[in-house]
Amino acid sequence: MPTVSMKVNGKQVSGEVEGRTLLVEFLRTNLGLTGTHVGCDTSQCGACVVHVDGKAVKSCTTLALACDGAAVTTIEGLASDGKLHPMQEAFRENHALQCGFCTPGMIMAGVDIVKRNGKKVSEATIRQELDGNICRCTGYHNIVKAIQAAASKM
Amino acid sequence: MSTTGIGDRVPRKEDHRFITGKGRYTDDINLKGQAHAIFVRSPHAHAQIKKVDTKKAAAMPGVLGVYTGEDIKKDGIGGLICGWMIHSKDGSPMNAGPHPVLADGKVRYVGDHVAIVVAETVAQAKAAAEAVNVSYKELPCVVDAGKAQSSKVQVHDNARNNTVYNWSIGDEAATNAAFKSAAHVTKLDLVNNRLIPNAMEPRAAIGSYDTGEDHFTLYTTSQNPHVARLVISAFVGLAPEHKLRVIAPDVGGGFGSKIFIYAEEVACLWASKKVGGRPVKWNGERSESFMADAHGRDHVTTAELAMDKEGHFTAMRVKTIANMGAYLSTFASCVPTYLYATLLSGQYALPQIYCEVDAVYTNTAPVDALRGAGRPEATYVVERLVETAAREMGLDPAEIRRRNFVTAFPHQTPVIMCYDAGDYEASLSKALQMADYKGFEARKKAAARKGKLRGIGFSTYIEACGIAPSAAVGSLGAGVGLWESAEVRVNPVGSVEVLTGSHSHGQGHETTFAQLVSDRLGIDINTVSVVHGDTDKVQFGMGTYGSRSGAVGMSAISRALDKVEAKAKKIAAHVMEAAEGDIEFKNGTFTVKGTDKKMAFGEVALSAYVAHKFPTSEIEPGLKETSFYDPTNFTFPAGCHICEVEVDPETGITEIANWTAVDDFGTLINPMIVEGQVHGGITHGVGQAMTEACVYDSKSGQLLTGSFMDYCMPRADNVPSFNLGFTETKCPSNPLGMKGCGEAGAIAAPAAVMNAITDAVGVKDMPMPASPQTVWRACQGAMKKAAE
Repeated sequence: MPTVSMKVNGKQVSGEVEGRTLLVEFLRTNLGLTGTHVGCDTSQCGACVVHVDGKAVKSCTTLALACDGAAVTTIEGLASDGKLHPMQEAFRENHALQCGFCTPGMIMAGVDIVKRNGKKVSEATIRQELDGNICRCTGYHNIVKAIQAAASKM
Repeated sequence: MSTTGIGDRVPRKEDHRFITGKGRYTDDINLKGQAHAIFVRSPHAHAQIKKVDTKKAAAMPGVLGVYTGEDIKKDGIGGLICGWMIHSKDGSPMNAGPHPVLADGKVRYVGDHVAIVVAETVAQAKAAAEAVNVSYKELPCVVDAGKAQSSKVQVHDNARNNTVYNWSIGDEAATNAAFKSAAHVTKLDLVNNRLIPNAMEPRAAIGSYDTGEDHFTLYTTSQNPHVARLVISAFVGLAPEHKLRVIAPDVGGGFGSKIFIYAEEVACLWASKKVGGRPVKWNGERSESFMADAHGRDHVTTAELAMDKEGHFTAMRVKTIANMGAYLSTFASCVPTYLYATLLSGQYALPQIYCEVDAVYTNTAPVDALRGAGRPEATYVVERLVETAAREMGLDPAEIRRRNFVTAFPHQTPVIMCYDAGDYEASLSKALQMADYKGFEARKKAAARKGKLRGIGFSTYIEACGIAPSAAVGSLGAGVGLWESAEVRVNPVGSVEVLTGSHSHGQGHETTFAQLVSDRLGIDINTVSVVHGDTDKVQFGMGTYGSRSGAVGMSAISRALDKVEAKAKKIAAHVMEAAEGDIEFKNGTFTVKGTDKKMAFGEVALSAYVAHKFPTSEIEPGLKETSFYDPTNFTFPAGCHICEVEVDPETGITEIANWTAVDDFGTLINPMIVEGQVHGGITHGVGQAMTEACVYDSKSGQLLTGSFMDYCMPRADNVPSFNLGFTETKCPSNPLGMKGCGEAGAIAAPAAVMNAITDAVGVKDMPMPASPQTVWRACQGAMKKAAE
């Protein structure tokens, strides 16, 4: 089996994977980083969103081998030095999560939306950009509020 | 004063683990020596199984075992049950067909379970499942509720015409008489579209058999682990209750779909024993959720509303055919009967109601409770009828409601329910004001100038939740009581653990339950923890569904806290050498009336465990109390939702321009969490009204909407930000005055949306979901009609 090496949450890791092994499987099974979730099998729900080289990707449709040499950030690596990322804080303060299952993907997508659209990102833009993330609990109202609140602090 | 008590917007205690990726869902758990299961599922809607050849699969790499329906039968493992007996109107019991864990000679829907394959890895199990050779003799199938009774297809041998029951409620003769003398009758033919629940976490299970102890453990995505243990023990017969532990850890949403006891849970437990005690894990894929989670709704209804010439309602007559799918799921039978027809009176004083419900088998996935369970279907009937009646009578939709509102309580409806408290005028008038109803005509004109059609729709819903008084549901056919249990354990240092039979899968119990304790005992919320979801820790409980965890679950905690306080007062009296009647408890401190003697709650807790200063012959050491609370009535949340839409007649695209909701949930423990529940509920209802439809091909019985590519979940840009308000009438039936809030949005929303869209387009009715295509066609039809 080929070996894949990458930096995950700032730490160099490597492991043996099959050609078909998905990034999400590598993260969850090989590295035990179970914060990244699998909510569908058609790349629609976004529960698996992580950052690869600073960009949001769906780790359920990314091969682990394709990330050889990449820098990957998962939900577990978003806080630094024990301090929550503004997006994590905003999700809690705005009650932007209920069951928590879509939350890691939402937070990672939210960070990416703000990075690309700036501090003054509009509600309409956030709603459009969340097209690839499904939440069944919150009705999105508080997720949108949280992303806007975090944007001003990022 | 505490800011973590009842009514405070306390940030959730559970959030930290979820926002840092440390939630612990079933698929995050990996047991030592774990093997993986894949199910061989039926590709046919209806077929006889001629032969299942497992030889080739069993010999494949990594395979530990392949087991079929014959194997499970040989081991004496029973089938799944439906726990609510409904009798037909002729008195005969419902015709429940067998519901085997693995198919017994026949498959009845696409996705039905044929065999379980256990292997070292998921990939090996999948490859072996492909190699299981099943010979089928395909049979014709029926999938549509409306066609089931006239079909030649027989889904179960014992259910003639595929009819599970033909049930009725109300006075038929009196209702018919009222219709005869009516000045006006409004009639609608309605389809309540079938929905697929789609909690974001797919179902999963790990069955683990301990060969040394002859003991099973099940980790599962369940809303009610104790009921799962009861059913798997007492009815499936896998193991007695003391030999089966069920753990439902973090659960990623339920919406009803995780109430039920599923074949996969039983099969993983049983298979673990078959493979010598290796834990067996099954993690459902989304396509399996689509195929084999219990679906919701799926009613075909004819509904009529009779009124006098001023628009006072005199009677309602409803005939519904309810699709049960291929098997009766755990609580399926009560959904289109006691959770549906008993709500047909709505918020209105309706003298007569008669409703008939035929429940039918079809070759589709089982249908059971889904967020709202019966009440969304009832509200859709009532509120579509009322809005249509207003249009036909030339009355303002608010005015026709006012003329018919129940205004005195308690109010006995003609369909069992006795409404205990409410103020429907209050929520209506507040909503009218918040929605700027007076300004609607101006907004409509402004929209018309942009070429858009603006419409407004009301839904003044009522629902019955906080289920439910045990004797009452027992008399209606329930196989269980619907009380809840709580145990409050005060530790010697004064911190508190609350063990509850409720289960949180997004509702925030770890926060709201702790708020109640913080409020009552005057202690820091961070010294309170809530324990749930494990049959080894919590003695028994009925779980979370039917918006019952506040009204029933928290009432049990409240009663246990009463007992804690009473015992603590006795102990404090001895320690402070005072009469028990002189002890007062406030803000976490026990004082002796008229003196400066006082003890903090924590000091009394320590005294209870040290037990030096009170006679243990009279007062037992320790401070731990239990309550089993049985409610005295349902609770009746009600409110007014107003939806305003703008339709583009050129494309059929409908935008929700405004959403106003004013709800009466009685006492709010944490308004922030309540608002979140309402947002989510409305969006679920908007999904039903505008985007979601489960479609089976009527000839082949294939599920055509088997993924998120084909089944349209509401996205962030399908809904607006919501404008919420509250009114409050306390529920008199529980100690906290609470009603339920988890389902109200999903109950109210579909009627509000469809009332708004039909108003905008100018048509009497339109099927759900009102997709752009459906709306566009209706616009074309309306324009053609206007031109003629």
